[in-house]
Amino acid sequence: MALEFATIYWRDMLRFFRFRALLISSLVQPALWLALYGAAMSSNFSRFGSALPVPEGAVSVSYLTFLGAGVIALTTLFTSLFGGISLLFDKNWGLLREVFASPLPRNSIIIGIGLSGVTKSILQVLVIMSFGLLIGVKFFQGYSIMETALAIAGILIFVGVFSIGFLFLSSAISMSMETPEGLQGVITLLTLPLFFASNALYPIEAFPDFVRLLSMLNPLTYLVNGVRYFAIGDDFYAIGYHYSYTTMDIVISFLALAAFALVMFLVARWIFKKATVT
Amino acid sequence: MAGNIIEVDHLKHEYGDFRAVDDICFYVEKGEIFSFLGPNGAGKSTVINILTTLLPLQEGSVKIAGYDLKTQPEQVRRSIGIVFQDETLDRDLTVWETLEFHGRLYSMPKEKRRERIKEMIKLVELEDKKDVRTRNLSGGMKRRLEIARGLMTRPGVLFLDEPTIGLDTQTRIRMWEYIQKVNETGTTIFLTTHYMDEADQVSDWIDIIDRGKIIASGEPEGLKSALGRDMIYLETGDDESALRFLQTLPVVNDVKRLDKGLLITISRDGTHCLPLIMARLKDQGIEITGVNLKKPTLDDVFVHFTGREIRESGADKFRKMVARR
Repeated sequence: MALEFATIYWRDMLRFFRFRALLISSLVQPALWLALYGAAMSSNFSRFGSALPVPEGAVSVSYLTFLGAGVIALTTLFTSLFGGISLLFDKNWGLLREVFASPLPRNSIIIGIGLSGVTKSILQVLVIMSFGLLIGVKFFQGYSIMETALAIAGILIFVGVFSIGFLFLSSAISMSMETPEGLQGVITLLTLPLFFASNALYPIEAFPDFVRLLSMLNPLTYLVNGVRYFAIGDDFYAIGYHYSYTTMDIVISFLALAAFALVMFLVARWIFKKATVT
Repeated sequence: MAGNIIEVDHLKHEYGDFRAVDDICFYVEKGEIFSFLGPNGAGKSTVINILTTLLPLQEGSVKIAGYDLKTQPEQVRRSIGIVFQDETLDRDLTVWETLEFHGRLYSMPKEKRRERIKEMIKLVELEDKKDVRTRNLSGGMKRRLEIARGLMTRPGVLFLDEPTIGLDTQTRIRMWEYIQKVNETGTTIFLTTHYMDEADQVSDWIDIIDRGKIIASGEPEGLKSALGRDMIYLETGDDESALRFLQTLPVVNDVKRLDKGLLITISRDGTHCLPLIMARLKDQGIEITGVNLKKPTLDDVFVHFTGREIRESGADKFRKMVARR
C-alpha cells in the first residue's frame, strides 16, 4: 500500500537513465557553473577579500569554497523546480489518464515524482562535490574519514528535504498549468527572487533590509546554511564576513525546510485531488 | 437488476452552461458488446470519462460491477479496463515496460504480472516486438498494445473509446477479431464509435446518443427494422407533388424530403414494390429522374431519429463547445 509510489518512481528513473543526453547534461551543467562562474568570480572576490583582515588563527575560506555550497544549493533548486514538468507532458499527451483511472492513490504520484527528483538531485550533488574538490573547492578540511562521511550524509539529507519540497511545488504547478510555455514562465518568475535573495552567491549581511527579510524567508538560504555547516564547518570567515553556526541554527534550518516540504505536499495534494485529466 | 454490469441512472453533466449529458439512463448486460453511438460532441466521451472515474460524477447514479461510482471509485477502477480514444502510450518505454508499468499501477504481484504480460503479448501478437519502444510501432500495433494493456488486469468491463479510429481497413478488421475474441472470454465490452457499420456488425445492443440525450436504443436489427424493410431514394421532376402522393400509399411508412430528392421507407420488400411505386408516380404525371434502393443502415437510423447525418459538419460546433484538452 505505502509502496505504491515505487511504480511512478520506477518509470521516472527508467526515463532518466534512458535519455543519455538529459542524464549527462544534468550532470555536466552544474559542473560548468562551478568551473566558469566560480573561477571568474573567485579571482574578483579574492581581490576584495585580501583587503579585509581576518583575526589571527581564524579559518578563512576562498570564494570558490564559499560558492561551492551555493552551487550545490542552486543546482538542487533548478532541478527540483523543473522536476515536475514530466507531469505536464504526461497530462498533455494523455499518459496521465492511464494513471488517474487506475487504483493508484494520487498521493503516490506526488511522492513518486518527488523521490525520483530527489534521487536526481543527490546524483548531481555528488558530481558537483567531486568536481569541486578537483578544481580547488576546499570542503571537509581537516575532517577524518568518518567525519567526512557524516558531513556528506548531512549535506544529502538537507538536499533531500529541500529538493522534495520544491518537487512538490513543481508538481503542483505542473498540474495546474496547460502549456509548457506557461510553466516555464511561472518557474522562471519564481526562480529569480529565490536565486538572488539568498546567501548562495554572496553574504546576506550587506543586503538592504527588505531583500534581507526576503532571504530569511527563502528556503534556499536554509539549505545553504546546512551545506556550509557540514562542508566547511561551524566557524569560518569568507569574503570578510564571519560565519558561525550553532547546532540550534542547523536544527532550525532543517525544521524550516521540513516545514516547507510539508506545506508544499499539502498544496500538491489539494491540487491533485481536484485535478481532472481527460 | 441482476445481470447488469453497468447501470446508469439519470446521469447529467455540465461544462459551465453547456449541458453535455442530459439526464440519461442505460444498462449494460454482463457479457455483451454494448455500443454507444453518436456524432462527435454528442456526449460520448463525457459519459465514458465519468464511467471511468476521470470526470467527477455531478448528478445521477452509476453502478459498475456492483460498485457505486460515487462511494467506491477505487473498486470501480479495479473492475474496468480502458482503451482511450487517442494514443496514451509512453513512447520511450518498450512494449514490455508499458505492460509492466500498468501491472504495477494495479499492484499486481510480480509473478502474476510477468505471467499476464506474456499472455497478453501473445494474444495481440507482439511477441517479437516486446523490447521495441512504442514510438517505433505501427498504428495498429500501438492499438493492439493498448488493448493488451486494458485487458491485462482481467477487467469485468473493457471500455473502448473509438478503438478503430485512424486505422486502415485491414487493421480494423483484425482489431474487431481481437475484440470479439476478448468478448468471448466473458469480458463485457463498452464501445463508443461513430462508425455505424462496425457497430452494426459487432454489437449486441446499441444506444444512440445525440446532444446529450439517448435518442434510440435496441438491438441493431431492431433499430433498423423500426425504419421499415427497405429504403428508396427518389429524384423527381416535382418532389412536392410526389411527396404528397407517396404519403397516401399504404406501403409507404415515411417520406422525408432531402436537399435533393426524397427518402421513402417502405414496409415491404422493395424489389417488388419499387416498380409499382414508379408506375403509380408516372400515372400521376410525375417524372422520375433518379432512383436507388437500399437496405436501412444505422446511418439511416441516425438520420431518422435526428434528422441529420451522423458525420455532418454541424457536429463540429458541438465538439468545440465541449472543452477538452
